[in-house]
Amino acid sequence: MSRTVEHHRVAPQPDALATTVVTSWKAPIAFAIFTLIALALAVFAPRPGETTYRWSRETDAIQVPDLTVPAMQALWAVVALLAVSTLYSVLLVRSKRRVPLWLIVVFALLFMFGFLTWAGAGSSLPMIGLLFGSLSLAVPLIYGSLAGVIGERAGVVNIAIEAQLLSGAFTAAVVASITGQPWLGLIAAMVAGMLVGMVLAAFAIKYFVDQVIVGVVLNVLVVGLTSFFFSQVLAPNAAALNTPPRFDRLHIPVLGDIPIIGPVFFRQTIIVYLMYIAVALVYIGLFHTRWGLRVRAVGEHPQAADTVGIRVNSTRFWNVALAGAIAGLGGTFFTIGSGIAFNKEMTAGAGFIALAAVIFGQWDPIKATLAALLFGFASNLQNTLSVIGSPVPSEFMLMLPYVVTIFAVAGLVGKSRAPAADGKPYIKS
Amino acid sequence: MSDPQPPKGDAPGANEPDADVAIEEPAAASPEGGTATDDVRATASGPGIPAEPGEVQPPSKWQTMLRQIATGNAIISVLAVVLALLVGAIMIAFTDERVQAASGYFFARPGDTLLAIWESVAGAYSALFQGSVYNFRRDDFLAGIRPLTETLTFATPLIAGGLGVALAFRVGMFNIGGRGQMLIAASVAGWIGFGFDLPWGIHMIVALIGGLVGGALWAGIAGLLKARTGAHEVIVTIMLNYVAFYLVSWMLRTPGLLQAPGSSNPKTPAMNPNAVFPDLLGPQFNLHFGFILAILATIVVWWILSRSSLGFKFRAVGINPNAARVAGINVKGMYFYAMLISGALLGLAGVSQVLGTVTTGFTAGIDAGIGFDAITVALLGRSTPWGTFAAGILFGAFKAGGFSMQAAEGVPIEIVLVVQSLIVLFIAAPPLVRTIFGLPQPGSKPKRSRKPDTKGVKAK
Repeated sequence: MSRTVEHHRVAPQPDALATTVVTSWKAPIAFAIFTLIALALAVFAPRPGETTYRWSRETDAIQVPDLTVPAMQALWAVVALLAVSTLYSVLLVRSKRRVPLWLIVVFALLFMFGFLTWAGAGSSLPMIGLLFGSLSLAVPLIYGSLAGVIGERAGVVNIAIEAQLLSGAFTAAVVASITGQPWLGLIAAMVAGMLVGMVLAAFAIKYFVDQVIVGVVLNVLVVGLTSFFFSQVLAPNAAALNTPPRFDRLHIPVLGDIPIIGPVFFRQTIIVYLMYIAVALVYIGLFHTRWGLRVRAVGEHPQAADTVGIRVNSTRFWNVALAGAIAGLGGTFFTIGSGIAFNKEMTAGAGFIALAAVIFGQWDPIKATLAALLFGFASNLQNTLSVIGSPVPSEFMLMLPYVVTIFAVAGLVGKSRAPAADGKPYIKS
Repeated sequence: MSDPQPPKGDAPGANEPDADVAIEEPAAASPEGGTATDDVRATASGPGIPAEPGEVQPPSKWQTMLRQIATGNAIISVLAVVLALLVGAIMIAFTDERVQAASGYFFARPGDTLLAIWESVAGAYSALFQGSVYNFRRDDFLAGIRPLTETLTFATPLIAGGLGVALAFRVGMFNIGGRGQMLIAASVAGWIGFGFDLPWGIHMIVALIGGLVGGALWAGIAGLLKARTGAHEVIVTIMLNYVAFYLVSWMLRTPGLLQAPGSSNPKTPAMNPNAVFPDLLGPQFNLHFGFILAILATIVVWWILSRSSLGFKFRAVGINPNAARVAGINVKGMYFYAMLISGALLGLAGVSQVLGTVTTGFTAGIDAGIGFDAITVALLGRSTPWGTFAAGILFGAFKAGGFSMQAAEGVPIEIVLVVQSLIVLFIAAPPLVRTIFGLPQPGSKPKRSRKPDTKGVKAK
């Protein structure tokens, strides 16, 4: 720490000095904590037996051999490797160098491998099912987080992602049941999500109501509306109104046959393929087109944007509406994406995890998608572990996305900086 | 505004029209303030300029008063409730099977449809009234008044929670973490309530304090993170809701923590009778001591906000944190303290659930959505203590009546959620309500009267 600096300026707040520190001890400290966790697992909760990783299903054309490791030996090896990486990171930081990204990724994968091996000792882990389920569970989260990214980049905080997902799920179920056409359900869900987005935008932009309030209230409103119509209309006429057809899984010819990757990524429903396109489009759109530049300008510095002739409020309005449509599309996953009838509050907080992914992903579509995938993995890992008899209480696995987000918001993991004008109405003077 | 803010003379906040930072839209800063300056201008320019006949005539007393009523905030609250009930009525009517059947031959006999609509809506809303205020079908007064006591019982946690959210609003913060704070408080209070054996009275107080501290600390996490790292409290409290839910769910199914011994259900044992809140009106009514605590909490919050120096600092931070910092107020400390108090109030809501309303042991659903309802209560009450109190009783009535409406008329209870959220949406956007009802917008009149004014000035 630079003590000389302290003499020069009369610092009113001691934490202002922290910004002058170049190197960050966050990574080594986090490494050390996770190494200790792994060590504690090995010492205090040893689990004998072997862990089998199954990489392919019987029906696959190309079979990948199973990987079988003795659990405890593998865990000890992982602990040793983790300790080495921690020491390396300490050395790096002490010599004023940054901890490279590859080290963090390797560390995370090692820890995950050690944890899975420990948790799955004495049984076999269906890796395809685990990863496939993770991606599936992440679908609504990814759509929701894309919606959140667009909205917040344009300067409108979208707490109502949950409402948009739920309205999409409801409308998709009803329209697809009536018409028998899942495609029509998909379009109707986009319209429904867009309507919720428009209400949010209208109240936030035209009436300057606080965006968080509108979002929270819209969540309650949509829960109330969908549950009311479910109990009053859908439940008595379930056969006609609430038996949605489902999208079939499409096997993409060549890509679907690649071992491991194929069954996970390319034997999904059309909703997932649309999601790949949506992620790419939003990323390219936001950072490489005129549209994206305008959206970001409006969200970062609306006054400057206005000065150069961008219509701030209409840009915001239409982008929040677009975001609503994307989230509504994500809601279809719950009903026509999996062929399940609509039920009350069936999104169960997915919108809030999506919001968490937006923040954890630092308002970047790609990073938010990765965060959503991580959260999907955490919750599907919990499902898988509870099937094979989990040593960790499932609640703690389910808690993980939320805890991680709190750390992220508090700046303990990475830096999280929202768009400058996020949540602030633009009042033209 | 129903908040009594006595003119403090030289106090810097005295000129503030309202500390209602949460939902005041900038366009309608203060109707009273607007008319006041208007009057000043009228009197100032009155003698100087020969009044053009019929143009700048000061409006009559009645007109001013009507105008103040029409542009005031109270009328918006009333109209918002009316509008929301109207939307609810439309929903009830459209989904009613009798109405649907009658509308099949609407053009042949339109009267049937109208009658069916009237019957379904009137039936639902009279069931709502009889379930929440007074049941005319009962013979004696005691049985008839029972719905009102149910309303107050439902209102108890809503008032306590609403006060917590309102207090945070006044400091410029959103406490969306009511669910988590209630769950943690309920767990602590419940654990003390069934796990210990203390004498009557003391047991209750210890459990109550334990719950309040639990709620305060859970909210304090968000306050501390906001103060120390600038983490936005909305995100942190939302995330803490889920963390608390899963934490409590885990404790509820782990023997030795909260789970009832010898049971495999995720549920606690019943509370020790010594810890249970006493009934206020005897055993035939559910109304419990928690309601008295809610009244006390309202008084305490009122005192804190408008009579204590802490409350003055709270409001100063809420209105303008930068100005407050310049004035020497420890803004970060205020954030932390406000979240502590807010969490304790939501904790009171959780405690009154486990020690008052559901004393036979609780599950992870003990919060019953009150944490979110509290937000709407605080918004309807415009973040003032007594406004929140009244809003809590109104929403308590909706809840109590909603159940009897569901039982008697088959109208799903979720209609209450719709009506509640619509009320808040309408209240948050007064210009929308004024447009719908054709009321004059505040500030529209000063614009009109300003024109002759400027002419007069130019003429000089």
